[in-house]
Amino acid sequence: MSSQAPTAAPDPTPAADATEAVVARGVERIFHGAKGATVTALTGIELTVHDGEFVSLIGPSGCGKSTLLRLIADLDEPTAGDIRVFGRTARQARIDQAYGIAFQQAGLLPWRSVAANIELPLQLHGVGASARRARVAELVDLVGLADFAKHYPDQLSGGMQQRVAIARSLAESPRLLLMDEPFGALDEMTRERMQTELLRIRAETGAAVVFVTHSIPEAVYLSDRVVVMSPRPGRITDEIDVRLGEAAERGEDLREDTAFFEGVTAVREALHGPQASTAGAARGVDVR
Amino acid sequence: MTGLPDAAIVTQLAPPTERRRRGPGDRPLRRFVGLVVPPIALFIVLVLLVELVVVAAGIPPFVLASPSAIWDQLVQYAPQVLQATLVTGLNALIGLVIGAVIGVLLAIIASFIRAIDGMLVPIVAAVAVVPIVALAPVLYTMFGSTSEVARIIIASIAAFVPVFLNTLRGLRQVRPVHRDLMRSYAATPRQETRAVTIPSALPHFFTGLRIASSLAVISALVAEYFGGPRQGLGSAITTAAASSAYARAWAFVIGAILLGLVFFALTSLIERIASRHR
Amino acid sequence: MTTTTPATRRARRWRAVLWGVLGLVALAAVWELYKLVGPADGWLIGAREGVTGSGIRLLPRTSDQAMPHTWEMLGRAAEPVTRAPGALPLGVVVLLAALVSLGIAALGWLVGVVVGFALALLMLGFRIAERAVLPFVILSQTVPLIALAPLIRNWGSRLEFGAFSWESWMSVVIIASYLAFFPVAVGALRGLQSPEAADLDLMRSYAAGWWTTLFRLRLPASVPFLIPALRLAAANAVVGTVVAEISVGFSGGIGRLILETAVAASSDPAKPWSPILGAVLLGLVAAGFVALLAAFLSPFRRQETVA
Repeated sequence: MSSQAPTAAPDPTPAADATEAVVARGVERIFHGAKGATVTALTGIELTVHDGEFVSLIGPSGCGKSTLLRLIADLDEPTAGDIRVFGRTARQARIDQAYGIAFQQAGLLPWRSVAANIELPLQLHGVGASARRARVAELVDLVGLADFAKHYPDQLSGGMQQRVAIARSLAESPRLLLMDEPFGALDEMTRERMQTELLRIRAETGAAVVFVTHSIPEAVYLSDRVVVMSPRPGRITDEIDVRLGEAAERGEDLREDTAFFEGVTAVREALHGPQASTAGAARGVDVR
Repeated sequence: MTGLPDAAIVTQLAPPTERRRRGPGDRPLRRFVGLVVPPIALFIVLVLLVELVVVAAGIPPFVLASPSAIWDQLVQYAPQVLQATLVTGLNALIGLVIGAVIGVLLAIIASFIRAIDGMLVPIVAAVAVVPIVALAPVLYTMFGSTSEVARIIIASIAAFVPVFLNTLRGLRQVRPVHRDLMRSYAATPRQETRAVTIPSALPHFFTGLRIASSLAVISALVAEYFGGPRQGLGSAITTAAASSAYARAWAFVIGAILLGLVFFALTSLIERIASRHR
Repeated sequence: MTTTTPATRRARRWRAVLWGVLGLVALAAVWELYKLVGPADGWLIGAREGVTGSGIRLLPRTSDQAMPHTWEMLGRAAEPVTRAPGALPLGVVVLLAALVSLGIAALGWLVGVVVGFALALLMLGFRIAERAVLPFVILSQTVPLIALAPLIRNWGSRLEFGAFSWESWMSVVIIASYLAFFPVAVGALRGLQSPEAADLDLMRSYAAGWWTTLFRLRLPASVPFLIPALRLAAANAVVGTVVAEISVGFSGGIGRLILETAVAASSDPAKPWSPILGAVLLGLVAAGFVALLAAFLSPFRRQETVA
């Protein structure tokens, strides 16, 4: 796999932007602590996510990947720079509900059943009851939890809770999905299963995805492109095209494919530098 | 953000959690028996012991009345005990309702307006540790010593404190991930309140209500020691004790204990019903 | 990302105090406002014609006799307690009485804490004791045990063991102590049982005995649970003292003063408010003492936070 230098600044005209899922230009986020201490969580971020593209953000702790995701979601504001989602400002995109989001802790409301959790965004945005019911039934089937629609979150395993969270994020059929380490709290076996599920869902919906992860194999398995970040200050250091085929074509046996291992090696080298692929691993990134 | 004191918030009624490992004979029935039998057995043993000691050692009734004498008096004076219990109980109930309603309303206001929060929380925290019943005599003067209003006010204040503090804490404890979720949905403040803030606060409210119910009963009763009409349990106990009818006084004490248990059971039941899915 | 420095924490505390004072001023303002604009005769419902004392008063009268001005309340404390020559200022009398009550409450608190802790240890050591006794202790907090106060008063005049004669203040201490005892028993037991199975296994792996585990693990771990219980016990002891002083007829403390001044309120309306403030002060001092204790024990209140 070839590693590319970060892409050149995209065409700044709004017309071209509107087709891109995410365009981040010169984004910077500085946190101010007590007594003037500052933490530069992100600096000089230039990133474009194309419509329908799966992009992973990977890097050690403190590299700002979760912060960048929150900026795209307008859960936080950049101290400098500009973020456009489908040609609109991040804030407008949030108001227009242009994306769906899944957090690392599933964040299900414990007093609502699975079905009620999934229908939450639909309820908030004024969708009628019968339309909600129909959509919830679709989604519950999509994530394979049709038998558990009336269960409550405390009756579900971690993996099942995450599936509900993903179903919820798809409720309004967004063209962009933002996911912050959604499989981070799961064991390896469940994790691999969920990754395959996510690919299938993506093949069916065709949404663009920005996916934050700690895990190199996960990033390579799922993505069209892996964006490598590093900390202090948080910045993008590399972008790697992962040419392993369309989402619909990737299957379980991809994990044993030579091309897959080459992709993993390429990302690992980008993370640690070439010598580290044979020597020990750096901190903070899963190299299994 | 002002820190909330633990005094009125601590669930002083919550028993410690069980920590032993599950053994082979642990069936639900066996566990229920293990839970209920020891205290009942202890109670029976204590009653028998006291009866024995009082009768055998000839302990005068002003120290401890014999359980058999107490039972006699309880049966004989059952209507009066019931009547007195209803009077005190009604005061406690009205006080509980008023205190709880005001507590919730002010907690909601305080969660929105920082200034109200800053002013109210220190005062309420102070009220939580001072003897509110000290206000009873002066309230009797202000509201008349022939009505129950002064007692109801005391019971209301006593109930208000835990409901306010606990509900406020609950309103402030929405999980950050839920807040982010609501923001990602561009939810209006009202939508966020209905969908997330209120359900998150509900368990805390019920904890406060449970504590408040006991405090309301205790305050309603104690307020009777400071004057006012003589129809409640507290007055009945003092009257009986003053006329040396100690077994009868104990009978009224048992009425007071039962009243407290009924309030506790009812609020625990409400709490259980409302928290079925957490 | 922000960390609190000692300076910011101190500033925050001062701001909290300022807001609290503002709250008190607001309370006084509400009182005065009601006096100014409220109905002169209050709000009486269900009063019958010609029958004095009938009806239920829902709002008090605004006269200076029923509701003295807040500054009158404060000013009265500086004036002599009675018209007798050489009488001390009311404020001084109140403080002295509060001090007496504080001593009694402190003694009751101490007794309650010791007995409560001993019972918690008993319940910790013997499961059967826990299962038999704990339900009673928990339920005892829900019932008005203070109802027993009038019964205990009669121990006073009758009990005598030789040279030792039971004084009335001892009855007050007994009542205060059994009100303080229950939260301590529950809180101490919860705290002593709070260590995780992993920590208990660790001590076991060191071949540490029951007592060693108690002193090295359970006791320090119980501090965060003990502190709120001690605070509640202090508040209960204060309430118990004030109420018991009246039931038992003990004349040196603030309870009697509250009652006496309130009974004479028609002739001296501002007088009852000084003992009330004294009782409030009593409660605050008791809580402050526990807060001081908590400050000493603060290293034991740190909890392991998972990174």
